[in-house]
Amino acid sequence: MSALLEVEDLKVAFTRRGEPDSVAVDGVSFDVQPGEIVGLVGESGCGKSVTSLAIMRLLPERGNRVTGSIRMDGDELTALSDGQLRERRGRDLSMIFQDPLSSLNPVITVGLQITEVLTRHRGMDKKAARAEAVELLDRVGIPDPRRRLDAYPHQLSGGMRQRALIAIALACSPRLLIADEPTTALDVTIQAQILDLLKQLVAETGTALVMITHDLGVVAGLCDRVNVLYGGRIVERAERHELFRAPRHPYTHGLLGSIPRLDGPPGEDLAAIKGSVNDNLPWTSACAFAPRCPNALEVCTSVTPAPVEDGRFLRCHNPVGAS
Amino acid sequence: MSLLEVEDLAVHFPITQGTLVSRTVGHVYAVDGVSLTIEQGETYGLVGESGCGKSTLGRAILKLTEPTRGSVRFDGRDVAALKGEELRKARRRFQMVFQDPLSSLDPRQSVESLLQEGMKAHGLTGGHARLQELVDAVGLPKGSLRRYPHEFSGGQRQRIGIARALCVEPDLIVADEPVSALDVSVQAQVLNLLSRLQAELGLTYLVIAHDLAVVRHVSDRVGVMYLGGIVEEAPAGDLYADPQHPYTKALLSAVPTPDPEAEDRRERILLAGDLPSPAAPPSGCRFHTRCPWRQADRCATERPELRQLEGAPAGHRVACHHAEAIKAGTIRPHEVDATLVDEAAGFPVDGPDHASSVQEILGR
Repeated sequence: MSALLEVEDLKVAFTRRGEPDSVAVDGVSFDVQPGEIVGLVGESGCGKSVTSLAIMRLLPERGNRVTGSIRMDGDELTALSDGQLRERRGRDLSMIFQDPLSSLNPVITVGLQITEVLTRHRGMDKKAARAEAVELLDRVGIPDPRRRLDAYPHQLSGGMRQRALIAIALACSPRLLIADEPTTALDVTIQAQILDLLKQLVAETGTALVMITHDLGVVAGLCDRVNVLYGGRIVERAERHELFRAPRHPYTHGLLGSIPRLDGPPGEDLAAIKGSVNDNLPWTSACAFAPRCPNALEVCTSVTPAPVEDGRFLRCHNPVGAS
Repeated sequence: MSLLEVEDLAVHFPITQGTLVSRTVGHVYAVDGVSLTIEQGETYGLVGESGCGKSTLGRAILKLTEPTRGSVRFDGRDVAALKGEELRKARRRFQMVFQDPLSSLDPRQSVESLLQEGMKAHGLTGGHARLQELVDAVGLPKGSLRRYPHEFSGGQRQRIGIARALCVEPDLIVADEPVSALDVSVQAQVLNLLSRLQAELGLTYLVIAHDLAVVRHVSDRVGVMYLGGIVEEAPAGDLYADPQHPYTKALLSAVPTPDPEAEDRRERILLAGDLPSPAAPPSGCRFHTRCPWRQADRCATERPELRQLEGAPAGHRVACHHAEAIKAGTIRPHEVDATLVDEAAGFPVDGPDHASSVQEILGR
C-alpha cells in the first residue's frame, strides 16, 4: 500500500543573524496511510506544531530553513510553487488549529468563510455553495445551521467555533486533515463531543488524520499509530495498544507515569520526570533526554542514539524493559 | 470544629449599562448559594468547567472578591465581615496560589524580595536562613533567591508561587488551577510537591481545577460545580466509583484516559449543547437543559438541594431530584436537543457577545 503522506528527514531551523540556528524539528520522518489516524505527541517545545506548519508550508517565508522531503501521493510538496500549493491546500490537505477564535476571521460571517472555500476550490456558484455550507454545518453537529451561516465567530461558543472550523476544513473533502491541538482550548465535555465528531468523520469520509496533541489520553482513544516527539525528534513510534501496554522509551514511560489517572490509586506520589525541557542536550552529540532520564547510561551523554526499527521505531540506548 | 465553613455563599456581579448614569440591568450569577466545610489538614477539590464559578468561589472565600451574601467562617471567625486592617492580618492564615505563575509574580522583584515582602507585611522575621529553607522546601535550585521570575521555567515559577504562599506560615492554601499551565511531566512534580508539603506542614488545601484526574489525585473530598452551585460532593474515591449526579457521570465519561483498552470499552455520555450563560441560568435544576435523564415533573421548576442518598457512604451528597431512580435504572437516559447558547439574547449588554468568563462580561 502506498502512503498518502510521507515525511522524510524533515528539518526546520529558525535562523537569526549573529546567532546559531535554533533547530525546532530535527530529522522527523513518518508516513500516513489513507484513512489512518496518526498521532504526534509531545510536550511544549518538542516541535510538533512546527512539523505540521512545515507540512502545510505555513511557516513564515523568512527566518527559517526547511529541508527534507514531504510527499503526498508521491508528489513532492516542497517543490510546488506557491500557486500550485494553494490549489492543493484546502482541497487535498487541510488543517484545524488550536484556537478557533483567532483562526476564524472575526469580521466575516461563518457562512461566507465556508462558501469561500467552496467557490474557490470546487467552482460552485453562490447559491449551491450556500446550500452545501448548510449541509456541512449540519454534518458537524451545529443546530439550526441555516441561521448560523449569518453568525459572526464571536456569536458562537468555543465548541461551536471549533465545529465551524472543522466544517471549513472538510469543505472540499480533503484526503488528509491535520489537527493541531483541536481540543486543548475546550472543556472536557465539549472536547468529548469534538473528538467523537472527528472519529465519526474519519470513519465516514475516509479522510486520514494527523492528530497533534500533548494529551496522551486523547491519543489513546483516537489514534491508530502514535509518534512520540522529544526535542525535535521522534523518539518512539508504535501502534497505540502496543505503545500504551509497553512503552519502551524512558520518556514515553515517564510521561505515562506522570499523568494522574482517574482509575489509579489516589494519594500516591506520581512518577514525575525530573527537570524540564530546558535541560536538553543537543542531539548531535548525545541523547537530548539524557539529563532527565532515569535509565541514562554513560553512553547517553556522548553518543547520539541511532534509530532502531524493530517492530516499532525507537531511538534509545537503554530502553525500558531491556536487561 | 472545621477549619473553614462556607454557608450559602453567593457572588453576583452586576451588569451595568449606560455611560453617564449607569444602571444595573442584570446580574451574572457566578456563585449562587454554595455551602461547604473543610477540615483541618484535608484537601478539598473543586472541579467544574470554565464559567461554573469555581475560581470566583475561591476568591470569595479569601475575600478577594466581595461576596453578595452568605458567610465564610475561618477557624470560627466570620471572614466575610472583616474589613481593613483586621482582614489584612487575618489573611496571613489563608493564602492563594494562582494559575499563571508568570503574571502573578512581579517581574522586577527578585525571589528574595518577593518572599520577604509578605513576611514583612505580617511582621515575620525573614532571615536569610528562613528564606533559604523555603526555597529548599519547594525544590528550587541553589542561588535562586537572587534571581528574577523570568529566569525560571514554568514549573519553577509555580514553585516560587508556592514558596510565596508558604512564607507567612498559613493554615489554608487556595490553589486555583495550580498545574494547568504546566506540561504533564512538570505537572507531576508540582503535584508531588504539594502533597509532600501538606504531609510535612499539616496544611489544608482547597484545590480548584478543571482536570478531574488531577483533582481526584490530590483531594480527599471533591465537590463538582455546575453553573454556580455544587451538584455533588463526595470522598474522592466514591465520586469516581459511584457518580450519582448526571453531570458528574458525563464529566467522568468525558475525561480521556491514557489507556487504549479502556478508551475502546468506554461508553461516553455526550452532553448536548453548551454551558448556559451564568447571566441567565436555567430555572429549577441548573443542569436540566442538558440532562439526558431529565424528567417532566420537577426538574425545570424546583432547584434540588444537596442531600445524602440512602445507603450512600457518609459525606456523599448529591443535588438531583431523581438520583435514586437514575441509580436504580428505573429512568433511562434519552436524547437531548442541543440548545445553542445565544449570548446576545441572554442579557442586554453591549459587552462581548460570547464571554467565556465573568471577567470578560464585566470587561475587566
